[in-house]
Amino acid sequence: MSLWEYANPVKFLRLSSKVLPWAWGLGVACLFIGLVWGFFFTPDDYRMGSTVKIIYLHVPSALMAINAWFMMLVASLIWLIRRHHVSALAAKAAAPVGVAMTLIALVTGAIWGQPMWGTWWVWDPRLTSFLILFLFYLGYLALWAGIGNPDTAADLTSILCIVGSVFAVLSRYAVNFWSQGLHQGASLSLDKEENVADVFYQPLLFSIAGFVLLFFALVLLGTRSEIQFRRARALSLRGNAQ
Amino acid sequence: MMPELGKYAVSVLSAYGATAIIFGVLVVYVLRRSAVAKAALAAQETSKDG
Repeated sequence: MSLWEYANPVKFLRLSSKVLPWAWGLGVACLFIGLVWGFFFTPDDYRMGSTVKIIYLHVPSALMAINAWFMMLVASLIWLIRRHHVSALAAKAAAPVGVAMTLIALVTGAIWGQPMWGTWWVWDPRLTSFLILFLFYLGYLALWAGIGNPDTAADLTSILCIVGSVFAVLSRYAVNFWSQGLHQGASLSLDKEENVADVFYQPLLFSIAGFVLLFFALVLLGTRSEIQFRRARALSLRGNAQ
Repeated sequence: MMPELGKYAVSVLSAYGATAIIFGVLVVYVLRRSAVAKAALAAQETSKDG
């Protein structure tokens, strides 16, 4: 059985209806465990005090903001190369979720920055590339909304997605290769030395798992809606033509 | 039960509050759009069958 079979909307709707309840349930459970564990049962950091509790929101949302764009990039490339409508609609469905994730990362970052850095905002490379990514998300949604022909909209938004990927990559790696700026290094890294302490790391992993699963659930549900809208539109056009 | 948040209580609670609001709006938007899509498709299928 090939993965491409699920580019068939009927098969996608059938499979997604089975997967969705699991994604919702596991996502809510992981997020609940991560946040309750992190908020109530972890100590304050010796430098950051209780503001360390913000990482359970800021790190997963920032991670998902960037990865949502990469998911949209893959789906857009599949659309451009293989012309599977489900992939274009999945990219469209991921955009509002990506906007929300980017906004959460920006807002929680600003709220954390005020007491820690003494300012809500600085034109730091990481923060600035994240703001540009947020604007790309808004532009992406505006482009979908502004073009009547769905295939043309999918083509143009896919190209915008490729261009915006530069800023997604910058947002992802700016903390590693840009030494200037206020933003500290990555909280999670393959190098264990760079990770946050274990006591914060474990609930953070649950929180990240919750964000990933809820992202997956929201994108699946959004893609189903887009397929249903497309089908309703096709039936309406067919009815008008008869 | 509430942990001692000290002088950063406002910052921590506002971060959690803002996230809850943004996430809540997102979930309501996606669920509402799903309900509208289902209703639109059902209406078209009914009119096609009728």
